[in-house]
Amino acid sequence: MPHDHHYHDHDHDHDHAVLPPEPALRVKALETLLTEKGLIDPAALDAIIDIYQNQVGPQNGALVVAKAWADPDFKARLLADATEVVAELGFYGRQGEHITVVENTSERHNVIVCTLCSCYPWPLLGIPPGWYKSDAYRARVVREPRAVLAEFGLALPEGQAVRVWDSTAEMRYLVLPMRPEGTEGLSVGELAALVTRDSMVGTGVPKVPA
Amino acid sequence: MTICTPDRPEPPPFSEPWHAQAFALTVHLSERGNYTWPEWAERFSAELVALRGRQGPLDGGADYWAAWLGALEGLLTERGMAEPAVVERLKEAWEAAYLATPHGAPVQLKAGQ
Repeated sequence: MPHDHHYHDHDHDHDHAVLPPEPALRVKALETLLTEKGLIDPAALDAIIDIYQNQVGPQNGALVVAKAWADPDFKARLLADATEVVAELGFYGRQGEHITVVENTSERHNVIVCTLCSCYPWPLLGIPPGWYKSDAYRARVVREPRAVLAEFGLALPEGQAVRVWDSTAEMRYLVLPMRPEGTEGLSVGELAALVTRDSMVGTGVPKVPA
Repeated sequence: MTICTPDRPEPPPFSEPWHAQAFALTVHLSERGNYTWPEWAERFSAELVALRGRQGPLDGGADYWAAWLGALEGLLTERGMAEPAVVERLKEAWEAAYLATPHGAPVQLKAGQ
């Protein structure tokens, strides 16, 4: 299907607009047709892109984690009904209809994956990174989680079990990582700055305070 | 095989504009009730499996979005929302419009295309 004879990264003479790649033209064709049929609202498409490109991202999940570290009552409610608790913070909507938070402990480390496609808690983490969508991750983290985590630079103690949670279109997971030592007295904002995207997927751990 | 290098800078969520466009189109059409998200996920998953069968393991980059677009086109064809021949004709019209538009000017389809 590659169809790149019109790609304009060559430099011979032409004075017309740069032709987008073939799939981009297919998307434009779909948009034109669906707009003509009244099936889509182009302004709504722009709004969706703006949200996922500029507004939603791991900073949302990091705030949830930091609040859970700082407030035991919040944490208890979060583990009992994450969907409702994160909605109270304004993190709801697409791919956030059913969220379960799974807590890391010294006995168990949790990792999330979507073996079906790329289901992911968008309101808390944004759009998944490339590796989350790769076969190398999706297939292998279920089969050999410790080996995969080692490739992320994460070596877990022998005594810590690993549990892999397979997300679906109906249920998405967020990992609540363990609070790093030496963070007593930090504000929620300072704690949130330690929470990485990978630590909420389970392929990393939070940063430690400098 | 190493999946990632920890601590590298975060890439943008969509590496090409059409990835974002295809994504938004899919979300919007679902929200308008044309299909449920689980229906989409099932379709997309099948497309990923098919693409993997044709070209081997997917890296989650360009191949992921190729499967996404293929799944969307397939779903819209199946639901009678986008006829492949019409989509192909419009694609060619867009291509012609780009090639006929002076560099820097907005690209538009001519009336009747």
